[in-house]
Amino acid sequence: MDFFSFSIVSPLTLSLRVAGLATFFSFVAAMSMAWLLARRKGPLPTFLDAACTLPLVLPPTVLGYYLILLVGRRGVIGQWLNEVGITLIFSWQGAVIAATIVVFPLLYKSARAALEQVNPHLENAARTLGASEWRVFVSVSLPLAWKGIFAGLMLAFARGMGEFGATLMIAGNIPGKTQTLALAIYDAFQAGNDLLAARLVILTSLVCVSLLMAAELLTTRRPR
Amino acid sequence: MIDVRLYKTFRDADAPFCLDVDFSIGADNKTVALFGPSGSGKSLTLHCLAGLVRPDKGRISLNGQVLYDGADAVFTPARRRRIGYMFQDYALFPHLNVLQNVAYARSGCFARHLRREEKEQAQGMLDRFAIGHLARQMPGRLSGGQRQRVALVRALNAEPELLLLDEPFSALDTLLRERLREELLELFAALTIPVIIITHDPDDVDAFAAAVILFDHGNAHPVPEYMALRAGFASAGRCLRHLQQTFASRNESVPSPRG
Repeated sequence: MDFFSFSIVSPLTLSLRVAGLATFFSFVAAMSMAWLLARRKGPLPTFLDAACTLPLVLPPTVLGYYLILLVGRRGVIGQWLNEVGITLIFSWQGAVIAATIVVFPLLYKSARAALEQVNPHLENAARTLGASEWRVFVSVSLPLAWKGIFAGLMLAFARGMGEFGATLMIAGNIPGKTQTLALAIYDAFQAGNDLLAARLVILTSLVCVSLLMAAELLTTRRPR
Repeated sequence: MIDVRLYKTFRDADAPFCLDVDFSIGADNKTVALFGPSGSGKSLTLHCLAGLVRPDKGRISLNGQVLYDGADAVFTPARRRRIGYMFQDYALFPHLNVLQNVAYARSGCFARHLRREEKEQAQGMLDRFAIGHLARQMPGRLSGGQRQRVALVRALNAEPELLLLDEPFSALDTLLRERLREELLELFAALTIPVIIITHDPDDVDAFAAAVILFDHGNAHPVPEYMALRAGFASAGRCLRHLQQTFASRNESVPSPRG
């Protein structure tokens, strides 16, 4: 039985690692943006909101192209990184960057919506009770918006698991190094290895279903 | 002593609104009622006073301390104004229990974790207002009257220099309103700080207010010698209606300088 052979385990662990790290980095950035932009109106917030949503509507290949311009060997940041000895192209770290950009809008959108649903009277009450903006966020907004943010986290992680286009552009498809589940399935299918492709497809589906179920159980455990 | 001069416009296409109020409340008037129909700018005035909304221009001072001055770009944020605010829906934090709600003004970043002295202090406040037995309850399980009392204790625990009440009885039915009005009056007797109360119920004015400021389309009309005037009418409702008509006719005959 070679179900857990190298060709399956390696893409799975890589996918989990990439999706996990991407979700984490994106979470920090998305929460800050959502906090800054929640309930703001005007030309600048509208522009920033559009910019934050852009990765959701742009084809992943376009994102990949932009990223190569940015962190590629001759890219704006890439050149500088190259001198320090860091190469992001064709590395799993590059896949993390690609996935971070792709999942960002999912986290940002759900966090902003959740924060805007918090009754503004509660935040104002905290302010009149002497709370700083940071404390209002940590002790009132965040606990009350947590459910929506958590749903966004799960969605982002699942999307990160399935990331294909931008990852292929920036990290390539190197078995054992940058080949995630989605890439491995495509590879196996192209090579006519239907059995491996089917196993990978089933594995991916199982992981995603159990993730979503776990999320549902966690959020409904303590009803409020 | 509170001096308030506020000016703020909203250029919404469907509902343009202009708040232009100027009044002062002497140290002798303990409770002042802001009376007027909804949408006349009462809540907005309190929001500006508490520092939750920034006016376009004007000046606010409380006990000689300038909290806002449009000309000097002085703006004290809400958290440093020491003004207690009781919201219309009481705005108790639904994820914290009564004790944590009351201790909020003195607790740290994680409002669920109280130090022992914070717990004891908050419990003491609850006991003083005879709701010590509610300490572990979540706000969602409280009755309207209990919620109101918790909101009041929470505001007072921050040791404010001024207390603002935004329609404290509008969320309650009529009979409960009667009872709570009496309860609140008793509690107020122990207060040493001035109170500003928003209402559109003449009975509230009768029960609480020693002075009245009439609100109408974003303008404030302080009523001089309200108590003396009130004595000449059978009910507060009639007295206030008469005042409203007086100010309305005055507005028509003398156009206000700002148009």
